[in-house]
Amino acid sequence: MLNEATALEGGFSDPVLNAQSVFRAVMDAMAKPATVVEVDAVVTPPAPLGRAAGAVACALIDADTPFWLDASLAEHAALRAWLAFHTGAREMATCSDVAFALVGAPATMPPLDRFAQGTQEYPDRSATLILQVPSLEGGAPLTFEGPGIRDRVVLAPRGLPRDLAFQWKANRKRFPRGVDLILTTGDAIACLPRSVRLVEMEG
Amino acid sequence: MNAQASNYNFAYLDEQTKRMIRRAILKAIAVPGYQVPFASREMPMPYGWGTGGVQVTASILGPDDVLKVIDQGADDTTNAVSIRKFFQRVAGVETTTSTEEATIIQTRHRIPEAPLQEGQVLVYQVPIPEPLRFLEPRETETRKMHALEEYGLMHVKLYEDIARNGHIATTYAYPVKVEGRYVMDPSPTPKFDNPKMHMSPALQLFGAGREKRIYAVPPHTEVVSLDFEDHPFEVQRFDKPCALCGAEQVYLDEVVLDDRGGRMFVCSDTHHCESRQAAGHRGEMSGEALS
Repeated sequence: MLNEATALEGGFSDPVLNAQSVFRAVMDAMAKPATVVEVDAVVTPPAPLGRAAGAVACALIDADTPFWLDASLAEHAALRAWLAFHTGAREMATCSDVAFALVGAPATMPPLDRFAQGTQEYPDRSATLILQVPSLEGGAPLTFEGPGIRDRVVLAPRGLPRDLAFQWKANRKRFPRGVDLILTTGDAIACLPRSVRLVEMEG
Repeated sequence: MNAQASNYNFAYLDEQTKRMIRRAILKAIAVPGYQVPFASREMPMPYGWGTGGVQVTASILGPDDVLKVIDQGADDTTNAVSIRKFFQRVAGVETTTSTEEATIIQTRHRIPEAPLQEGQVLVYQVPIPEPLRFLEPRETETRKMHALEEYGLMHVKLYEDIARNGHIATTYAYPVKVEGRYVMDPSPTPKFDNPKMHMSPALQLFGAGREKRIYAVPPHTEVVSLDFEDHPFEVQRFDKPCALCGAEQVYLDEVVLDDRGGRMFVCSDTHHCESRQAAGHRGEMSGEALS
């Protein structure tokens, strides 16, 4: 059932410098939230995982950080084998206590408060969600403000949960607890750290 | 890349360590001012020489980066020279003394005088990351104080300064509040530099190696020095301009010249001073031979 070659190929060709370049893109995107940043997405993961999502996973996930896949990704055995080989991390069956979650169908994903939120003393013990969206443009515009954003910035991703605005406000209210989002599509990412506030939801 | 020592991994640290530090940096950016614990490694230099800053720099550095390292504002003191050489050797990166040309600036206790730009990263070396540590030695308690946003003790400390000295006598490591939430130690920079942290276009990362903490201030983030309505925060003022380049509104170092009370005040930021002198600015002792 598994094609071994698929699992072994398509990772970083230069693990040291590729991981550095992908991480810098993520750091950059986390430091200027809701802004689209190009990733030199040098991996080719099995479908349906996208290149940017695969590259972020390879750069950040390892044996210290268990991860979870949503149903749309978990049903692809080749993809699970690829992630297992290239990250060396354990895949968990439930989403509640993982460090990373990879979500192929954000529109139907579990609510944000189902993931690890960290504690008031250690808010860093929270989950980072890597969401694969159809596009970072063309959706309902969301206006954000907060650290990393000069005045305000608008991002209009498609394929997010219908009630994301409501959920994000609740996530922000839990600050410093909460989850951080990395939205990915094609070769681009945009980050929503828990520190940013949603200003309005109508476009 | 060409000059990199071949028997080390790029930028010295192993990849699993870098990933661990990188994850901590992302959390630190997401929760500005919060101290993220990390598994600090032993580095080939003693604690107190900037092992925290070095680990942060090693984890973000790429072959295209241009690195500047300063120690108390100077590019040419021991700590700055040895860290710059370290990264030249283990990462083969280009280095510079120019604030404008650098993409990453690792600093011990100063923020450059030239305004930082969008896309630059300032990495601070931090000895004691916990601003409440000298008021409360127990980590379990300071954690709880940050969790509950209970910072009354810090204000009592500043108030005691006023009661004893008539003014807030804290001159370095002056506590700040980040984005209205976490009280943070800006590392032992002079309080002169505190206003530069506020709404800086550069990303500011802080690494404390011995204390195993990483924290961050994203660009365009509110950083407010703690004070009182009737005793507002003030920065140091200097009576004279820099004796070499004539600069005003900069931070000056006192240099003792002889054993008869002779002294001069010069820019602590050597690159700023040298570029001003190159542009023709002169201070009152410029060109004088030191006896």
